[in-house]
Amino acid sequence: MIIETGHFALVLALIVALVQTMVPAWGAHTRDPRLAAVGEPAAVSQFVLILIAFAALTHAYIVSDFSVANVVANSHSEKPLLYRISGVWGNHEGSMVLWVLILALFGSAVAIFGTNLPPTLRANVLSVQGSISVAFLLFILFTSNPFERLDPAPLEGQGLNPILQDPALAFHPPFLYAGYVGFSMAFSFAVAALIEGRIDAAWARWVRPWTLAAWMCLTLGIAMGSWWAYYELGWGGWWFWDPVENASFMPWLLGTALLHSALVMEKREALKVWTILLAILTFSLSLMGTFLVRSGILTSVHAFAVDPERGIVVLTILLVFTGGALALFALRANELRQGGIFAPVSREGSLVLNNVLLTVACATVLFGTLYPLATEAFGYKISVGPPYFNLTFLPLMIPLLLALPYGPLLAWKRGDLLGVSQRLMAVAIVSIVMGIAIAAYYQRGPWLAPIGFALGVWVILGAATDILNRARFRDVPWPEFVRRITSLPRSAYGGVLAHMGLGVSILGIVATSAYQSEKIVALAIGQSETVAGYTLTFKGVEQARGPNYTEDVGTFEVTTGGAFVSTLHPSKRLYDAPPQPTSEAGIYPSLGGDLYAVLGDKQPAGGYAVRFYFHPLVRLIWIGAVIMFVGGAISLSDRRLRVGAPRPARRGTSAVPAE
Amino acid sequence: MTRKQRRGILIGTAVAVLSAAVILVLFAMQDSVVFFHTPSDISERKLEPGQRIRLGGLVAEGSVKRGEGTKVAFGVTDTLKTIGVTYEGILPDLFREGQGVVTEGRLGADGTFVADTVLAKHDETYMPPEVAKALKEKGVKLGAGATHDNGASPTETPPSGSQDPANGS
Repeated sequence: MIIETGHFALVLALIVALVQTMVPAWGAHTRDPRLAAVGEPAAVSQFVLILIAFAALTHAYIVSDFSVANVVANSHSEKPLLYRISGVWGNHEGSMVLWVLILALFGSAVAIFGTNLPPTLRANVLSVQGSISVAFLLFILFTSNPFERLDPAPLEGQGLNPILQDPALAFHPPFLYAGYVGFSMAFSFAVAALIEGRIDAAWARWVRPWTLAAWMCLTLGIAMGSWWAYYELGWGGWWFWDPVENASFMPWLLGTALLHSALVMEKREALKVWTILLAILTFSLSLMGTFLVRSGILTSVHAFAVDPERGIVVLTILLVFTGGALALFALRANELRQGGIFAPVSREGSLVLNNVLLTVACATVLFGTLYPLATEAFGYKISVGPPYFNLTFLPLMIPLLLALPYGPLLAWKRGDLLGVSQRLMAVAIVSIVMGIAIAAYYQRGPWLAPIGFALGVWVILGAATDILNRARFRDVPWPEFVRRITSLPRSAYGGVLAHMGLGVSILGIVATSAYQSEKIVALAIGQSETVAGYTLTFKGVEQARGPNYTEDVGTFEVTTGGAFVSTLHPSKRLYDAPPQPTSEAGIYPSLGGDLYAVLGDKQPAGGYAVRFYFHPLVRLIWIGAVIMFVGGAISLSDRRLRVGAPRPARRGTSAVPAE
Repeated sequence: MTRKQRRGILIGTAVAVLSAAVILVLFAMQDSVVFFHTPSDISERKLEPGQRIRLGGLVAEGSVKRGEGTKVAFGVTDTLKTIGVTYEGILPDLFREGQGVVTEGRLGADGTFVADTVLAKHDETYMPPEVAKALKEKGVKLGAGATHDNGASPTETPPSGSQDPANGS
């Protein structure tokens, strides 16, 4: 009964979404405020209905209702509760329900918090948002219905893929989807602005918090996925330039560009057309990410069983929305009035450079990801791997990172390049020294690595310079400086933190890519091996029983210079349902680097094959991402940026009667 | 500076970055693109040894031989031809005889393939699209995998007969 209620709620949500698509837009068009206002209750009720559907599905998973085909295929009664719940979105059908749930959540947030939006803009935004819902609800109901029943119901489910039974991966999809779907807000606002043919700084002020929230979630989602791949897959890598990874990375790159261009638009009313285009493209790439992952059209190390037919439906949705929005853009973009002018060397200029580099970098990733598809049409099957991305993407990041500390220090309209360079002189010297120091310490690795490391330091200290500069460090006496630095707006701290987070991630990326140590050996019990100064002694393997698996747990004693450090327990698990093996890495984490051990196959002559890694500074990659997230959150909590905040200029005048 | 000059600088920067990227892409495409081949392709087309390629197919039944240390040898087959592969390292968890596999490496002078990467799968029912397609072209009937989502049909048989106890899905 609960399942039928959920199914019914989803059908009702589709009808409500249809109403939400048509009525408000018609109301906005005919200037009928009553019709235009239909969008708000529709958006909220659509969210409630999808929430009911989602809750019904989750309930079926929690109580292991095996009369539901989706639960049978992806769950098992002996699975721990957390993974019974995360199993809801650990499969195609359920994850699509989560997708529309988040979509409807954003839509209802506009309805509830967007009370100060101009009524026609709000009506049009809700309309566009509703149309995306319609497309995906149709997709779910007709090709991927999670509420299908099985008769007779089997006694037991087939279980969730064991490598998905992991805390990081339980939360990875919701964050990733919140990011993908969050960009739909920017898309809807862009399309609504094009429909109205009018756009101003206030538009950017409304769009920016949504984009920022989506960007934060996507940052964290990608970081979680990377962290999971690092410790769960047992290859010791954290990024493989795999199509599925790129699918989430491309919207992130463009979303980052969008955040920065919206800043220019809000402050200076420039880059209007470009910002609209970016908003459309960012969400289109999110849809494409969904398509690439769902269709399985590309070979991916992360691929799960997929259905090409569903991919075609997602591709159709992608083409309709992207094509429609771009056509509208081509028709209307000329009507948008151009705003403030600025010199090439200025805050605006630096943000344009940021946008150009991020967009072009994103284009190279897109090209590398889709190229195999294009050649396959001509009968060649090829793969484009990390060497391509390292050769194209990384060189484009170097000017971006070099220019990054300049951006916030340059003045709007016209900047003083020489003056800013002088302010950054000390930072530049420290960065170069750090680069030389790391090269001298390791004396190996690619020549690019010390440069990358120096760039990481440069970005971190450059961001710190920004804060000191805003508080007029050295220009004013100490007490005044302290007063200034504590009263800076939160958005200033947010931006600085986000930049620092990026720098921290870069340090981790460079160190671990260039200077990791790896050893693959066969060890008998009692034998030991040395990696990066640590001696690992193989103590043996024991069998153990987990909640829904059995495992062979290896024990390795780690010592350095004779002193005991830790004990590592890499294991090989065999899950009960589905009976699939996984490797669990044994990791000794520290800020300086991770010691990482994977247990391989048993050797015919006794002993085991083992793989050891030392990943220097690898934790910084994810710590940096968390810092970026926190930076975004602090910025979001700034009252000027608060969701749907009114124009600051109006705040003072609102109490005064109109003249 | 006039508006036109400013715009010129902006466009110039964009064009410069874009052309730099195009040059990088062309340069990168020259030697970092890897072609995919099936065992039949390799024996038919006489590939030059030493060229970096991907070889995909099914792991031949009874072909996996563990050597000293972490060395392992196995055959990759498309049921018509089989190519011997050697690999040193730890195989992915889901590597099994009769299952689809993609390896990357170079063809040795003696005709064996020296792999440095063996592509893992995440999922029992997944088969790399190239392998699925290549096998289809060679007329191999596919069971589970390729087209079926999350093993929703419990009666499916595993590809090419391996009665692997793990393939119950």
